Amino acid sequence: MAAYALRRFWTMLWTLLLVSMLIFWIVNLPPGDVLTNQIQQLQASGEAASVSKARFLMQEYALDKPMWEQYLIWMGFWPGPHGFSGILQGDLGWSFELDKPVGEVVGEALWMTIALNAFAIVFVYLVALPLGAIAAVKANTWVDYLATFVGYIGLATPNFLLALILYHKGAQWFGLPVGGLMDKQYADQPMSFAKLGDILVHMIVPIIVIGTSGMAAMVRRLRANLLDELGKPYVTTARAKGVSRVNTVVKYPLRMALNPFVADIGNLLPSLVSGSVLVSLVMGLQTIGPILLSALRSQDYFLSGFILLFVSVLTLAGMLVSDLLLAVLDPRIRFSGRRR
Amino acid sequence: MTGGDDSDRQAGDPHALGGGGGDLGRRPGHWISDEPWDAETDLQALDRKDLDASTTTLIWRRFKRNKLAVLSGLFLLIMYLMLPVAGFFAPYHPQARNTDAIYAPPQEIDIFTAGHFLVTYPTVSEIDMATFQPKFTADYDDPRPLRWLTSCGDPWSFLGLGETAFRLICPPEGSDLYLIGADRLGRDIFSRLLHGAQLSLTVGLIGVTISFGIGMVLGGFAGYFGGWLDAAVQRSIEIIRSMPELPIWLALSAAIPANWGPVAVFFMISVILGLLDWPGLARAVRSKFLSLREEDYVRAAELMGASTTRIVGSHMMPNFMSHLVASATLSIPTMILGETALSLLGLGLRPPAVSWGLMLNDALDLTAVEIYPWLLAPMIPVILVVLAFNFLGDGLRDALDPYS
Repeated sequence: MAAYALRRFWTMLWTLLLVSMLIFWIVNLPPGDVLTNQIQQLQASGEAASVSKARFLMQEYALDKPMWEQYLIWMGFWPGPHGFSGILQGDLGWSFELDKPVGEVVGEALWMTIALNAFAIVFVYLVALPLGAIAAVKANTWVDYLATFVGYIGLATPNFLLALILYHKGAQWFGLPVGGLMDKQYADQPMSFAKLGDILVHMIVPIIVIGTSGMAAMVRRLRANLLDELGKPYVTTARAKGVSRVNTVVKYPLRMALNPFVADIGNLLPSLVSGSVLVSLVMGLQTIGPILLSALRSQDYFLSGFILLFVSVLTLAGMLVSDLLLAVLDPRIRFSGRRR
Repeated sequence: MTGGDDSDRQAGDPHALGGGGGDLGRRPGHWISDEPWDAETDLQALDRKDLDASTTTLIWRRFKRNKLAVLSGLFLLIMYLMLPVAGFFAPYHPQARNTDAIYAPPQEIDIFTAGHFLVTYPTVSEIDMATFQPKFTADYDDPRPLRWLTSCGDPWSFLGLGETAFRLICPPEGSDLYLIGADRLGRDIFSRLLHGAQLSLTVGLIGVTISFGIGMVLGGFAGYFGGWLDAAVQRSIEIIRSMPELPIWLALSAAIPANWGPVAVFFMISVILGLLDWPGLARAVRSKFLSLREEDYVRAAELMGASTTRIVGSHMMPNFMSHLVASATLSIPTMILGETALSLLGLGLRPPAVSWGLMLNDALDLTAVEIYPWLLAPMIPVILVVLAFNFLGDGLRDALDPYS
């Protein structure tokens, strides 16, 4: 198990490395950025002080170096103007647009993003597991049809449109606060129980919106898997031997059907994170979504690069957890891994 | 079922009524054909027809059974056929502004009034000085009939070939025709929906073509040649699949230079949407190649000296092409939604282009939607088209699966 976990972690690390290169390349794609414009303006003014400031900025952010060196400095693999000082060392860079360190800009939003996605996953599993199981056990009854119908609606309604509707009507329909992640009075306050409670209440609608499409897919898959298992002879045997109704489902078939259910997190996570960014933008949640959008608009590439990297780390870490969980659940994966 | 005895027949055979000419006397009151009838012929005919039927016929027959899929297919066909002549069906030019109709509500239409068919009433807008919102009052004493098949308004262009102002419906003389209301610049939402479909629906087709091309080539090479190429393609599939789509789309479309024209931006957006979508297709192609490569008929073709192109092109392709088409159908809605989301966030298409996402951009303004809910209208075609593509794709996939 330890060897498997280690190998899996290693795979994640180099995937992350490639992803980070790709991201650095993407955020540097636009021909001009805030800093270059600033420098050009300073140089165009022709004053000695401005020119020297421009030169200082160029050096400070290693803009005179080739792209690959800039990347290595950004990541912290290569000594920059201030020695080793990159993401690995905890220096996330400088936001030119806001004139603040990136770490300070994203700050709380990072935790909000993690919390939102984590809650969304928990919601997906908590709802999908019983719903899928019931739909399979009561196959072709009205419960099943209802679950399928809800699932289809959830699958087909794009979550940002759902967000748009609930953004307008949610407060009226459910009496829940919609829009933003906390009440205005808590905006600049330190964390307290009252604030935490307020955030949780504000998160209910976004979590449902983000989770619905993933949940629908999960219900369908679990239902199909469990139906396959329930038809197998060992279930009939168990029933013939007088195992209770609940146990004939929960003890073996459900465990078998759970396998792809957990493995599915790999497909679920990227779309979930995408969805959370989009829903945050539509509903104005204080996650990294709106920060990313404004950073991309102003081509503030340290900021947008870090956020993209963070979002990728979030998905990759989630996939790692799901793979490890799968290995715990299913001995076949552990052993087949060892043989290779 | 060979003629059997009579009691048997009466009990269960559905052909009993018309069967065996001699038994007629027992059931008076029924008309029975005199023609000689052999219980076997029908069955045989059916068998023969099934055996002779081409794969296409069989697939089509299975597909037709799924009413929802057929309906969705028809709906999409009509939508796509409408695209080049959207201007003919739209009563207004999509950019035609009317300062008197800013945020005009959907207009009332009476079917029969004063001897005319389909009538609207001229509306006058005035600013309510208490709320500063435009108030629209219709003059019900002055019905104006719609004009059919005439020229009116700004000309629309047919595929860039020519321009005409000839339209199916024209607003009545001296009155307006806002079927779904007007937006913040007084532009007709219905006309904009029809014109917006042109970009919103084609973006998916172009994107899917690109992702199809990349997926086929990379997946095919990986599956057929294996080795390091396979490993490389596999790794890149894994990497792209593990990245959240939307943030990357946002970053890529933010990189489109601001001075590009609407057409160039449109193509770039389609390319961006296609660039991240290919891993799924490549994976499907690769696995198909891997399994088909081991088939006997491929081995036979190889032994007979067929070239790689021939083996792939005429022996393997037909075997999995249909599956790929089905899965491509299922990925078109993702792209349509992608474009809508990007335009909604202001990083996709740019005005003066018209697309559903751009129209929804207005709907992000909470207070505006509260007062003018018809700004949300573009959601309806988006959801309908996405649903239709999903049903059609599901139907195609089921029809193509010989084991269903």
